[in-house]
This record gives sequence, C-alpha cells and structure tokens, in this order.
Amino acid sequence: MKSLEELMAIRDKAKANMTDREGSGDGIRVVVGMATCGIAAGARPVLNALVDEVAKRNLKNVTVAQTGCIGMCQFEPIVEVFEKDKEKVTYVKVTAEMIPEIVASHLVNGNPVAEYTVGAIVKD
Amino acid sequence: MYRSHVLVCGGTGCTSSHSAEIIEALENELKNRGLENEVKVIKTGCFGLCALGPIMIVYPEGCFYSEVKVDDVPEIVEEHLLKGRMVKRLLYDETVRKDEIKPLSETNFYKKQHRVALRNCGVIDPENIEEYIAMDGYQALAKCLTELKPEDVIQIVKDSGLRGRGGGGFPTGLKWSFTAKNSADQKYVVCNADEGDPGAFMDRSVLEGDPHCIVEAMTICGYATGATEGYVYVRAEYPIAVHRLEIAIQQAKENGLLGKNIFNSGFDFDLHVRLGAGAFVCGEETALMTSIEGNRGEPRPRPPYPAVKGLFAKPTTENNVETFANIPQIVLHGAEFFNSMGTEKSSGTKVFALGGKINNTGLVEVPMGTTLREIIEDIGGGIPNGKKFKAAQTGGPSGGCIPASLIDTPIDYDNLTAIGCMMGSGGLIVMDEDNCMVDIAKFFLDFTVDESCGKCTPCRIGTKRMRELLEKITDGKATMDDLDELEKLAYYIKDNSLCGLGQTAPNPVLATLRFFKDEYIAHVVDKKCPAGVCKNLLKYTIDADKCKGCTACARKCPVGAISGTVKEPHTIDSNKCIKCGVCMDTCRFGAISKK
Repeated sequence: MKSLEELMAIRDKAKANMTDREGSGDGIRVVVGMATCGIAAGARPVLNALVDEVAKRNLKNVTVAQTGCIGMCQFEPIVEVFEKDKEKVTYVKVTAEMIPEIVASHLVNGNPVAEYTVGAIVKD
Repeated sequence: MYRSHVLVCGGTGCTSSHSAEIIEALENELKNRGLENEVKVIKTGCFGLCALGPIMIVYPEGCFYSEVKVDDVPEIVEEHLLKGRMVKRLLYDETVRKDEIKPLSETNFYKKQHRVALRNCGVIDPENIEEYIAMDGYQALAKCLTELKPEDVIQIVKDSGLRGRGGGGFPTGLKWSFTAKNSADQKYVVCNADEGDPGAFMDRSVLEGDPHCIVEAMTICGYATGATEGYVYVRAEYPIAVHRLEIAIQQAKENGLLGKNIFNSGFDFDLHVRLGAGAFVCGEETALMTSIEGNRGEPRPRPPYPAVKGLFAKPTTENNVETFANIPQIVLHGAEFFNSMGTEKSSGTKVFALGGKINNTGLVEVPMGTTLREIIEDIGGGIPNGKKFKAAQTGGPSGGCIPASLIDTPIDYDNLTAIGCMMGSGGLIVMDEDNCMVDIAKFFLDFTVDESCGKCTPCRIGTKRMRELLEKITDGKATMDDLDELEKLAYYIKDNSLCGLGQTAPNPVLATLRFFKDEYIAHVVDKKCPAGVCKNLLKYTIDADKCKGCTACARKCPVGAISGTVKEPHTIDSNKCIKCGVCMDTCRFGAISKK
C-alpha cells in the first residue's frame, strides 16, 4: 500500500460488494417473485440479471430482494418496484433481456417502462 | 455479484453451539441447489446476543434468525434463499412487527447500544481485509502517516479523553506521550489481550470479529510513540482469536499495511503474536512483558514504568484490546466525535460482557454514564424467572459489586471508584436473590488464591488467610472478631501487594462487606445463610402438615436420610443429609423447605 488513493480504490470496490448489508432505508425496493411458479417461468436469471445490473451501475439506493408468489402465476416472472410515496409498478413476463432497459429507464431516470407492466399486458 | 449475503456468527459462543457445522451445511445445501454463485455465506464475529446463538442474519432483508440448528439449514435454503419466504419460526421475535421485519437496531437489546469498539463485529468477515477496508479500515492509519505528525496523533488521542479500558482507566494519550518523549534505539507497542476475568469476553470478541482494527491501531500507536515493533499477547485458550489475528497480520503484510515504508511514509512497523498460557497475573502489564521476554510471568516493581523501561528494557506502550479498538475511529472522526459520547471524565463507550442471572447473556456496548438499570432491565431483558435483582459484580476478581440500591448509578470510572467498585475490563455478572454474597466473595478469592504468582508475601499468604476466614464464615464457625480480622487483612493486602493482582484481590470482600454486612452477620451470629447457598448452614425440613407421605422424596434421597411410613409425614435426619436438594425438587406438595 503506497497511497491513500490505492486504499480508497480497494475500499470502493469492496464496499460495492457489501451494499446489500446496509438495509433498505428509504430507497427503491425491487422484488422478484421467486415462488415455484416464478422459478419455473425463469425468475432466477431475471433476478441475477437485476442484481448484476444494479451492481454495475452502483445504484446505492436500490435493494433487490426475492418474494414469494405474487398471485398472478400466469404472468410470471414478475418484478415489482416499490418506491416511497409512489404507486407500486408491476412488470410481468420479464426476461433477463428487459432488465437493462427497466433499470436504466425506471430505476435510474424514474420513468417506468409502460409496455412491460401488467397494465399493458392485461389490456391486450 | 451476490444477490444475498448470509452472515453466520463465528464467535466462540456460537461456534460452541455448532455454527461451524451450520456454515458447512449451508454451503453444501447452496451447492446442491446451484445457488452458490448467488448467495454468499460469511462467517462473522460476535453479534453480541450470545444467549440466542447460533445467530444467522440474511441480507438484503436483514432477517435475524436465532438458535439455528444444522437441521434448519435445508428449510432456510429452500424457503428463504430460493423462494424468498422467511422462515418465521426461527425469527427473533423482537424483530417481527406484524408481517414486517423490524431492523435489529430497534430491538431492546440493540436500541440503547452504541457500537464503536464493536462496530464491525458481526458486520464484516474478519478473515477478509477487503471487508475491513470497505468499512473505512486503514484510513486512519493512512491519515496519520500521510497528514499528521506523531505529536498530532497523540494530541488527538489526548483530546478524545480515551482512558485505558483494561481496568485502571489511565488516560491513553498521556501514556503514549510518556513513551514518545523517551528516546531509544528501539521502542515497542504491546497489546494486552490476556483477558483473564471469569465471565469476561470483550477482548476475545473484538479479536475474533475485527482483528484488523487492532493491527491498524497498534501501527498508529507505533507511529505516534516512535516504536517499530509490536506484540499482541493473547491467551492460547482463544484459538479462534489467535487464528484470525494471524490471518489479519498476514493480509496486512501482503497489502503493505505492515512492514517497510507503509504508505510511502518511510515508517516501518512489524507485529508479532505471543501466546499466553492462561495465568491471570500475566494480565498485569509488567508480568505480561516478562512473559513475552520468555521468562516466568511475574510482575516487577514500578517505577521504572514501561514507558521508560518496558519490554526488553526498552520504552514500551501497553494498551488493552478495547482501548486500541477505539483508536482508528478517534483518528478518523476526530477527538470531538469521541468525547461527545459518555460523561465529562469518562468519554466514549464501554463494552460489557453481560453474564450470570440475566436473560440476554451477551456483549453490549453502551456510552459511559449509562445506568446499571438500563443495562440490566432494558438491554439485558431483566432477571430470569421473575427473581429480584440483588447485585452486579463489575471487574471480576479485581472489582466489587454494585448493590440493587445503587442500580441507578451512571456507570463510569469515577462513579464506580466512588462506591468502592472498579470498572475492570468489563465483565458484568448479574446476581439475584438466590446468590449468597459471602459465597460470591469466596468464589473470587478462590480464584485469586489460585492465580497469585507467589512473588510477594501479602498476596501469596494473605489471600489464603482471607479465604480461610471466609470458609470459617460459610461453615458457621466464625466470630465477629474474625469479621474484623478479615477487613483488617483485606486493607493490609491492598496496601502492601506488589502488583495489581494483589492490590485488588480483596475488593470483592471489601465491597460485599460494605453493602452486605448484614449477610455476613447472619452467617456469623445467626449461623444462617439468607440466600440458602452455604451448605453447612442449611437445614432441610419437612412440613408435617403438607407432607402426604407419598415416599417420593425418601426414594430419591441418595443417602437414605429420609424416613417415615407410607401416608404418614416423613422426617429428614440432618446428620445424614448432604444438602443436595433432590428431595425439595422431587416434592410435589411444597412440603420441604430449606433454612
């Protein structure tokens, strides 16, 4: 170790791997339905893609968690976004490919991706 | 990137209730389910709530599972880690609020705590230097070596008001300045991790949960005082602590945080671990250094103080583990951060190992000035079985007891000294109405008699004579003159012993004599033990009105001391009775009592 900068670089890298231990606080909470129905429909890769994308962008205010069956098994994999004082947004039939767009548009810029939400699908 | 972190306590308490096996089972189960790249298992240090161990915390939810067994692991993996459904029956009930998980910091046990020395215990993986660095580790060292002069560092420590956490309470900054001003070709830093009080495990938990903070603090101390070498003297009976400390030192060396030219500052520092064989006297600073030198652990007279002539006859700074654990935080956040906590003359926090008759046995860290009532009733969860609080022993065999009448005393160095107690290293043993104070004094004296090194006469012979007097009292053979003799002897030993062991050995007797003299008098004059502990003063009797003559007690009595015919009241032959109490436990009618 030769400089403070070197130490801080290690710190930032290690800290990024530990963010999920800080508790949710007031940030955005994203949950993935991981009951039998969700897993069968492919929720695992969705969850992992989500975790990776959030980590890649270093979104400190976002917590990714699993949950049980949300109740609309035909629409799994389901991803729900909870934000304080805002209405819950439910994405359905989510694939890993949709994740970068959801993260960039919704979690970073605050614009839900309407075409992936349950509202858009059920209307059809 | 892992989506979930599972923290399992790897402290000594939880390890003894199989947390290592739980970790192994967890890793196997995760592998079986193909989750090993999604869920990370981390073995941490002590969470503090040892009474509920083994403890497991699952993030991101922050679920606190208590008393986890190996058999629970498949369910936790399948339900929680795979499907995201918490295993409700394992949740610590204080963390459950309706259907929501309440943060741990809101539970009674953690609410009033303020963790400085223990801040990383149960939070990071102690065997991974990166996690320590992530929690701002080694930044204080970097700040010292790149921005501050040694005298600035000492000034910060002085201003913080930090006092030695090993028991004496000597101002740490002042101690450092003494070593700093003595010039020598070689100086040393010594960390006293020879935690010997029965019931104390604060230092062990810091070493197990956050070993890097000790490495960092000792290096800072070395820089401030001009020492280039350090020794950690730790008991061999703390294998987990020793192992993690050695890993920490190795990792620090690999990362250039120990060794030559640290942070390109030209400062060199090296650290060694020395194992102690468990002699209590080696916790005394001069005996400890004698032991490191390879000699029999015996104290030597002071002066010369270690700051002048310490380890290998060179100027040496010696501090206790908890004292060091505060240093990086003080340097990083400034003296103000530290002295804003606590009381005027005792700043900061203090770690206590809570044990004895208390619901939440474990490790707590509270600001100085917190009352004993808050520690026992709020954090400790009170006394089990609805019993009444009688006294708390602080400082183990060197300390004294705080009686129930002083439960609202704010705990700091000066308040405890004022009531004839001692902060000690932080063991806090809670006693209820079933504890006999004379017996407690005898217990601690048994300990000091065994642990006296024998170098000086007052301690070697005096403590033995004191124990004999206490035995006389608990046998019901003492007179009031013996009580006076006991007190006189206690003061004599206190004034004339060579080191801290002998000087403090009479404290448990003096404190109990001060607050519980009536109990001593009951033993001496009435030949009675009010708490019903001292066997030779007890007499078991059967109440003829309540006895149904069921013969249950007579059948259980191991010495055949109970006689009587069926359906007639029985009697106990007190000459045969060995006072084991089995009859009392057996009787379903409450007919047997002890007096």
